[in-house]
Amino acid sequence: MTTMTAQATQVYQVFIRATPEQIWQAITNAEFTERYFYGTRIDTTADRRLTQWEKQVGEDPVLEWDPPRKLVHGWHSKWNDELSAEEPSRVSWELEAQDDGTTLLTVVHDQLEGAPKTAASVSGPGWTRVLSGLKTLLETGEPLVG
Amino acid sequence: MTCDRLVTYDAGVTDDDAVFKALADPTRRYLLDRLYERDGRTLTELESELEMTRFGVMKHLRVLEDAGLVVTRRAGREKQHFLNPVPIRLVHDRWIDKYTEHRVAALSDLKKRLEESA
Repeated sequence: MTTMTAQATQVYQVFIRATPEQIWQAITNAEFTERYFYGTRIDTTADRRLTQWEKQVGEDPVLEWDPPRKLVHGWHSKWNDELSAEEPSRVSWELEAQDDGTTLLTVVHDQLEGAPKTAASVSGPGWTRVLSGLKTLLETGEPLVG
Repeated sequence: MTCDRLVTYDAGVTDDDAVFKALADPTRRYLLDRLYERDGRTLTELESELEMTRFGVMKHLRVLEDAGLVVTRRAGREKQHFLNPVPIRLVHDRWIDKYTEHRVAALSDLKKRLEESA
């Protein structure tokens, strides 16, 4: 296995059998996010993205709000001191309806140059578990176990 | 940010076949490992790591793109290639977990019993 230097720009893509509107709701509404985003409650509006995980709360700016096509927000990991000491980065969600009734969801996590530990923590299982959990939840109504 | 997709996805969209097919080739696995080391490489950069024609590398990248394992994006005049690990995760969730879960559970039970009796 080669060693990995976590990337300053990371791109993730998944097709989900759901409409862009359904996916938009699932990524901006805490009732949904807590079922696939490591238990984190995330409420996003045109102004800000509020996160709550156990007793930790966070707030990141929303940089672009174009429902149900594009959402761009700041990212600042707060679940441990090492990560929260790093600089904020940026996450973009792009939703594109396909002819076959699915939606292509692209997540780009970039501007991670000042946050190498955050970059490492979101790569690997990080984003892939979130996105596969989101897909499973929307397609089957059930969150992934474990 | 625009997403540059060349591929027409049809019935294969949610199909694992394309992923298994893409992974069933040493050159394509080699390309994935190179992107795993460092993402965002151009065709020219990837080509320099292989003793293969530009056309050959393009063909392999195309198969990886079709399977969703590689995503390309434009940055100025460059076309950058990114490793997208999500399809591998989905294959893992669907195929690997299913067959390893019980064995792992059996082993962890065994370990627990041995440690309790020790």
